[in-house]
Amino acid sequence: MLEIKDLHASVEEKDILKGINLNVSAGEVHAIMGPNGSGKSTLASVIAGKEEFDVDKGSIALEGEDLEDLAPEERAHKGIFLSFQYPVEIPGVSVTNFMKTAINESRKARGMEDMPANEMLKLIREKSEMLEIDRKFLSRSLNEGFSGGEKKRNEIFQMAMLEPKLAILDETDSGLDIDALRIVANGVNKLRSKDNAIVVITHYQRLLEYIVPDYVHVLYDGKIVKSGEKELALELEEKGYDWIKQEAVV
Amino acid sequence: MDLKEKLISSFMAFENNVDVEHPVHDLRMEAIKNFEVKGFPSKKEEAWKYTSLKSLQKVDFSIFPKQENALEYKDVKRYFLHEIDSYKIVFIDGIYSSFLSETTHDGVDICLMSSALTKPMYKPIIDVYFNKVASKDESLTTLNTAFSKEGAYIYIPKNKMPKKPVEIVHFATGNEASLMLQPRNLVIVEENAEVQIIERHQSLTPNAVLTNAVTEIFAAQNAIVDYYKIQNDNSSASLIDNTYIDQKSKSNVNVHTFSFGGKLTRNNLNFYQDGEHMDSTMKGVTILGEKQHVDHHTLVHHQQPNCESHQDYKGIYGENATGVFNGKIIVDKIAQKTNAFQQNNNILISDKATINTKPQLEIFADDVKCSHGCTIGQLDEEALFYLQSRGIPKKEATALLMYAFSNNVLDSVRIPELKVRVNKIIAQKLGVNLGFDL
Repeated sequence: MLEIKDLHASVEEKDILKGINLNVSAGEVHAIMGPNGSGKSTLASVIAGKEEFDVDKGSIALEGEDLEDLAPEERAHKGIFLSFQYPVEIPGVSVTNFMKTAINESRKARGMEDMPANEMLKLIREKSEMLEIDRKFLSRSLNEGFSGGEKKRNEIFQMAMLEPKLAILDETDSGLDIDALRIVANGVNKLRSKDNAIVVITHYQRLLEYIVPDYVHVLYDGKIVKSGEKELALELEEKGYDWIKQEAVV
Repeated sequence: MDLKEKLISSFMAFENNVDVEHPVHDLRMEAIKNFEVKGFPSKKEEAWKYTSLKSLQKVDFSIFPKQENALEYKDVKRYFLHEIDSYKIVFIDGIYSSFLSETTHDGVDICLMSSALTKPMYKPIIDVYFNKVASKDESLTTLNTAFSKEGAYIYIPKNKMPKKPVEIVHFATGNEASLMLQPRNLVIVEENAEVQIIERHQSLTPNAVLTNAVTEIFAAQNAIVDYYKIQNDNSSASLIDNTYIDQKSKSNVNVHTFSFGGKLTRNNLNFYQDGEHMDSTMKGVTILGEKQHVDHHTLVHHQQPNCESHQDYKGIYGENATGVFNGKIIVDKIAQKTNAFQQNNNILISDKATINTKPQLEIFADDVKCSHGCTIGQLDEEALFYLQSRGIPKKEATALLMYAFSNNVLDSVRIPELKVRVNKIIAQKLGVNLGFDL
């Protein structure tokens, strides 16, 4: 599904990613953990195509297709979704109108007609119920005045609506209380299938109790320094990141 | 003959058609004298530094409309807020159209200035209010006073509120090669009374039109006035709008100015607070392209303690458009506990578009809260990335963000159908085609 080879990326001539290799197959959940400033969010943004970052070397491919020259919206049309750590507030545009626009733009890019209104409403109802989102919430301006938890829940709602092949969840657990975390994680788990893949970026192991990963990678100083199965997350929780840093130096 | 000479020499002809015995005529005569001395303002004056009237003065405008022209309602329906019922005061080439209008004397007076200036029953009111808040030395205001004869007259007595909003609409049909209009409006809202007014100038012709309008608004104690100006005229029409507001204690006056078109638009919006515990709100959305020019000059004069003023102007300028925002706040020494806020945010979407923004605060009281801020910038890159990452192409995402930037000014619009209408105009101006069901 996702194939990252020797990826180097920088912003304003500062190297952040220094040779990432990562393979994610369909049906898998990968967790990327690591201390602050290790490059986790940069990796997420680079996969999604944020123009601020320069890819200096290496490649990212989705289902064998190189993404290098694709704009963020084109990557979205191919099936990449990024759940933002800090979702942006857009006053005056309701959640519903925003979703309609996003879905129909993707359909347009794939040569499809707009989704019929009744089908759209049905989809919105179904997905919002799954994430226990109040109907009133959908007519509010996108993210404006939302609590941290509401913003994250809304991100997963968007993911559910867009049904991506590859979803990257960037610190989706930050700002969530335990109930919200459970709802969000349940939502994500319902969206798991043999045809899609999920990359969970997180600082803490907490989220991984609910979204159980197949593989865990530790990112440190722009490189994946350790990979393992889900037990690695527990080890990190217990021992912290210092031993990883020391191992990396050695 | 330039426009100034033409106007002055036309005054005598004008006098043949008005009641020269009426006290208002003394005001007209003083006013024409003032205009004769001052003439049109030039760029040498600080207040007109960025707006030139020079090219307009070379146009051979007709000063008086020659004949009545008719319009079919179906042809101009879209310029009205036709989704709801409203009172209408409609002028075609400066002449009242009874066919398109719906006036009333049922508990309130929503009618014509020409009636108010000629019928004896209105004289006591005219004596008290006419030309009392409008400037007696600003040249364009006095030019309008000199030729004041027609416009809207709205009188809302104590504790009354008209059943529906009032629309004041001026059409220009191109009957003349070039036409100058000088409507004069008077709005009086007595204690505990309320009114909502929508004003629009609409040229239906590529022929040149110059409108020099004066509106006086008097809001008595506890009165509420909502005034909405829709400026979406075509590129051959220019507008100089002079609005003067006199507010008494606990009144609430809100003026929204939506500037989406026209060749040259100058808004002189002046609030005089004469009382305590009142609120004055000035909001504006400007979206211009081509070679369009808009100049917003606001003034709030806080003359008494414990009052508030709120200004929020948003502007988006593309192509060769130019904009000016000059917001002046005066807080007199006696006006303690004043809260005055001013905000002007602009986005330039073309290298050739310009904006000049200038806050001007003169504060003589020491216990006040005054804030002002102006920004000129581009769109938030993070927000753009967010929308793109959801599959919305850059062009549409840009338009959507500009829409979001400007439309929060509409929160204070209290006529839902108008809010929808303005939202649609904004979306259309920005090329947002998002299947909105607003």
